[in-house]
Amino acid sequence: MKNRRTGNLAAAPHVVWSILFIIAPLLFVLYYTLTDPEGGFTLENISRLFTGNYVLIFLNSLCLALIATVICLALAYPLAYLIASMKQRRQKIVILLIMLPLWMNFLITTYSWMTLLEDTGVINTLLAKIGLDPVHMINTPGAVICGMVFCFFPYMVLPIYSVMAGIDPKLVEAAKDLGCSDAQVMTRVIMPLSLSGVISGITMVFVPSVSTFYISQKLGGGSFQLIGDTIESYFTGTAINFHFGAALSLVLMVLILLSMAVMNRFTDEETAMERRPML
Amino acid sequence: MSWLKSKKFLAFLGVTLLCLLLAACAAGGDRDELYIYNWGEYLADGTRGTFDSLEGFQEYYKDLTGRDVKIYYTTYPSNEDMYAKISSGTSAYDVIFPSDYMVERMIREGLLGKIRLEEVCEEYGTECYYDYIEDEFRGLYYDPTDEYSVPYTYGRVGIITNANKVDEEDKTGWDMLWNEKYAGQILQFNNSRDGFATAQYLLGYNVNSTDPAEWEACLEKLLEQKPLVQSYVMDEIYNKMESGEAAIGAYYAGDYFTMLEVNEDLEFFYPEKTNLFVDCMCVPADSENPEIAALFINYMLTRDPAVASAEFIYYASPNSIVYTDEEYIEEMGEDVMEVLYPEDFNFKEELDENGFRDLDPETLQMIADLWEELKISGGMPTHIYVEAAALAVLIAAVCLYFLIRRLRRSRYWE
Repeated sequence: MKNRRTGNLAAAPHVVWSILFIIAPLLFVLYYTLTDPEGGFTLENISRLFTGNYVLIFLNSLCLALIATVICLALAYPLAYLIASMKQRRQKIVILLIMLPLWMNFLITTYSWMTLLEDTGVINTLLAKIGLDPVHMINTPGAVICGMVFCFFPYMVLPIYSVMAGIDPKLVEAAKDLGCSDAQVMTRVIMPLSLSGVISGITMVFVPSVSTFYISQKLGGGSFQLIGDTIESYFTGTAINFHFGAALSLVLMVLILLSMAVMNRFTDEETAMERRPML
Repeated sequence: MSWLKSKKFLAFLGVTLLCLLLAACAAGGDRDELYIYNWGEYLADGTRGTFDSLEGFQEYYKDLTGRDVKIYYTTYPSNEDMYAKISSGTSAYDVIFPSDYMVERMIREGLLGKIRLEEVCEEYGTECYYDYIEDEFRGLYYDPTDEYSVPYTYGRVGIITNANKVDEEDKTGWDMLWNEKYAGQILQFNNSRDGFATAQYLLGYNVNSTDPAEWEACLEKLLEQKPLVQSYVMDEIYNKMESGEAAIGAYYAGDYFTMLEVNEDLEFFYPEKTNLFVDCMCVPADSENPEIAALFINYMLTRDPAVASAEFIYYASPNSIVYTDEEYIEEMGEDVMEVLYPEDFNFKEELDENGFRDLDPETLQMIADLWEELKISGGMPTHIYVEAAALAVLIAAVCLYFLIRRLRRSRYWE
């Protein structure tokens, strides 16, 4: 009893924090979405989302974020496996190296990518020096995806790695004893067990990718309007309209929450299934 | 042991709270304070070996009143950011630096207070430097009685070109931003008002028009330009012009000189009609220290801080102390002076004819929608959609596989 009370006390700051900085802002977003500048109730902000180009803008953001997330996953999964199978000391060093870009502000890394990918940038200057034709990279969707992959890559590696590092080596041994080939160990043991890491990696890459505005502005040359750009323009642009901006963010949040809910449900049942034989 | 731990924890908590309390007391003492909210790099503050205007003001204030003043200096990236913060009423600043159209809007919405510069100077027994502001900059449309604002800097938009890439005879005016010869080398503003203005000046429309037909005609013009545009930029223009990545771009005269310091090949000219601005010093209506703010504004008009700031930010100054100062003229050089302070140029007339005004919300919304249309048109190549769809199918297939496997297994266990 006493323990529980101290436990509650210890949690109090977190509860206050969540209410102040998570719940309250969400309620503000909801409030702004459902009101007009005069403060009256309206659904116009939401119905307006389905007019004009907003659907297309949403679609564009989803497509780019999806591609970036899959590329991240394809690169990060084997890497995480490799790291998890290294010696302890080396694991720490490699993880440190992967986290290194996170120590730098991602605005700066994005800006550096701009100077790398430009037609007169570092890469093309090098190509010209060794006598190859220049490649046009900046201001293409590819450049935007590249920026997303680079900026959010560590968020994919880290959760997958930590789950993989936690897999009991005895399970792998047992699978081998029972006659699994290496490939089967991978698909039947390691992959299902690391699924939760994959799912959290996917969310941690997909969510910032779908809502980014800085990367698309710098690396897309401002020619690819993503949903983040649109939201930003309603808060700091010419036509300031917090109410419509809030509606856009709300829809984005709902979309993200829905996809997370689907994925979480999927993994919960999957991991539950994996445990079942052991009961 | 756990008892000891919790006691330690309590002690730690107590000490922390005490510290916070002490800090709060120290901050809330009877010291005079001044909260300044300015654009980034928009005042000589001692960086890069410049004169420190903030320290200078502290001395000036001490001389006048015998008291210390603590200055809190914060910066913002755009008028709109500043406006959002001031209008939310959550933070009290004492001096802000809005541009013309924003001054008009903020006066209309009651967000600015009267500065009472002369009265305050008289009260504190110091010379009022407002008299040195040139006549052209008095009684401008946004503040006809000059009660709410003191002009700080002004400037005009011009076209910057790279001499290595652009032929002299092509430097005609706004139409060079539509010149196919320079396809893929042209930078356009990534900001609806500025972007549309290039087309409006070209087509001879008024930049403050409320006629949708005119704005749509401009959109057509901008859509025509889009295939030639390398990027839509704001601050990135520095990088792209300096490195020679782009050949043509429009920006403010003062900023051109900053770029010129990096790349000597850059050239600059004013098109016949072009946008211009004046940034002012103002005091928000909810300022808690309006008199100290007025003294600060007066101080910024005196020679040392005014000249140092004008040299630091490279924008033209409406203060006659600055542009007649010999040291300033020498430091700037003849070329720069010619660009910043051209002869036969009347600021008041130009601002009335070509400056941006604050528009009604409907027009602003229309502009935002049209601009979005420009940005979205022809943007994403179709292969992106194909790839995304293929990946979506792949993901669905993987999910399906897991689902089927699960079903089969659960049957097995039952």
